[in-house]
Amino acid sequence: MRAVVTVIGKDRTGIIYNVSKILAENSVNIEDISQTVMHDFFTMIMLVDMSNMSADFSVLKAALEEVGETIGMSIRIQHEDLFNAMHTI
Amino acid sequence: MAMFKDVLETVRMIEKERLDIRTITMGISLLDCIDSSGAKSRQKIYEKITRLAENLVKEGERIENELGIPIVNKRISVTPISLIAGSSDDKNYVEYAKILDAAAATVGINFIGGFSALVPKGFTKGDRILIDSIPEALATTNCVCSSVNLGSSKAGINMDAVKRLGEVIKETAYLTRDADSIGCAKFVAFANAVEDNPFMAGAFHGVGEAESVLNVGVSGPGVVKRALEKAQNASFGEMAEIIKKTAFKITRAGHLVGTTVAERLNVPFGILDLSLAPTPEIGDSVARILEEMGLEHCGTHGTTAALAMLNDAVKKGGIMASTSVGGFSGAFIPVSEDEGMIEAVECGALTFDKLEAMTSVCSVGIDMVAIPGDTPASTISGILADEAAIGVINNKTTGVRIIPVYGKDVGDTAEFGGLLGRAPIMPVNKNDCSVFVNRGGQIPAPIHSFKN
Repeated sequence: MRAVVTVIGKDRTGIIYNVSKILAENSVNIEDISQTVMHDFFTMIMLVDMSNMSADFSVLKAALEEVGETIGMSIRIQHEDLFNAMHTI
Repeated sequence: MAMFKDVLETVRMIEKERLDIRTITMGISLLDCIDSSGAKSRQKIYEKITRLAENLVKEGERIENELGIPIVNKRISVTPISLIAGSSDDKNYVEYAKILDAAAATVGINFIGGFSALVPKGFTKGDRILIDSIPEALATTNCVCSSVNLGSSKAGINMDAVKRLGEVIKETAYLTRDADSIGCAKFVAFANAVEDNPFMAGAFHGVGEAESVLNVGVSGPGVVKRALEKAQNASFGEMAEIIKKTAFKITRAGHLVGTTVAERLNVPFGILDLSLAPTPEIGDSVARILEEMGLEHCGTHGTTAALAMLNDAVKKGGIMASTSVGGFSGAFIPVSEDEGMIEAVECGALTFDKLEAMTSVCSVGIDMVAIPGDTPASTISGILADEAAIGVINNKTTGVRIIPVYGKDVGDTAEFGGLLGRAPIMPVNKNDCSVFVNRGGQIPAPIHSFKN
């Protein structure tokens, strides 16, 4: 089961560190990362594999949202299925 | 993996443009709850609904969490109660409405539809009792929605039902006068009612449906408007293309949610209704889409054409995206639930007659329109007959959800709250139609050839 993590907000240090720390703590593997910074506005998309995840999805989601609040970014995690359904024929 | 820009587009649709799944509605057949004892029948109904829908809300919330897309409503539709209650000796079916309300409260849903009767060609005993019970049923329950199908393209229009329902709507308005006659917001009179509609207030589980199914209603007027904003100088062909593509994406999200929830509840996936359903929130309006096409206000000349194109393009995009499209599938134009419609009425751009014209090219009909409380029942029946005629002649569904707000007149506003919104009272034609309405009988089924 794979999911997409989106991180959006003002650029600062330690964004990837903070997000990947939570993922590692929950045994979630990062498969792909894309990011851009435009006019100080940071956007990152991670594709992660949750097959060995040690916590419940809702726990991971809450942890990511919490770290998002701490570093002032919007962090979402959504199952990959939604994006595949909407954007592929 | 979807492309970078696709991911961001989806996130933006959900966060900024209010893309949501408007409802997951579980259809439940109550045919096996028929019993000659009303009390026993109601016990079976309660037991069956609470058993089958026990996990509806929980699974809905789970998928909402996993996919990160809001599912606004979790609802249930049941077999029309007139068919279930008809074999009992009960002289009043309000208790059936109460048991539906109790079951809805137990499973934690916000609406249950199916306090309904199908009378396009005539009444059974059960139909008559149910229709007589509607005002009290709607006044004494919270979540129950009611509907009556009073005409069809195959049978014509039951004008006796049209006459009686005008009175029923007035009685319902009176009994719920303390809350701006809100009971009427939970009742729809249909022509050509569909059996698999997931949207309230008109949802019921048709007798041709399976034991239990999961239907989904998707929405997203804000997403369509935003897509058109980015194409300021587009021609009609280009606009239609943009709407189709957007409807495709919205529908695919709905299909995924529907099939996943159905699988987890172990019931078949029924249909996906891809209607653009507005809410009173800013940025969630169908009227604003029409205005984005270049109309100063919704309701001006050109509005019917704009709505026709929107409705058709939504259907085309949706049908490409899912093989299970059903229900209404088009655009809804409920006045009180659409901030753009409300403003159009308040500034005088949108009149009752224009609304009626608009209903001939889109889903449903005169929807959530508040009219003066002293409107005669016969005038309401005239409105029902007009809408039914549009549906019956044009082979489409039409409905009327109209609220004669007790004690209020043109210039006042009815406040319903929540998704039902608020409605400025609209004037209706003051000329009498009671002689026409009182004739009784059946308007014959229309000819299905020689279409001009």
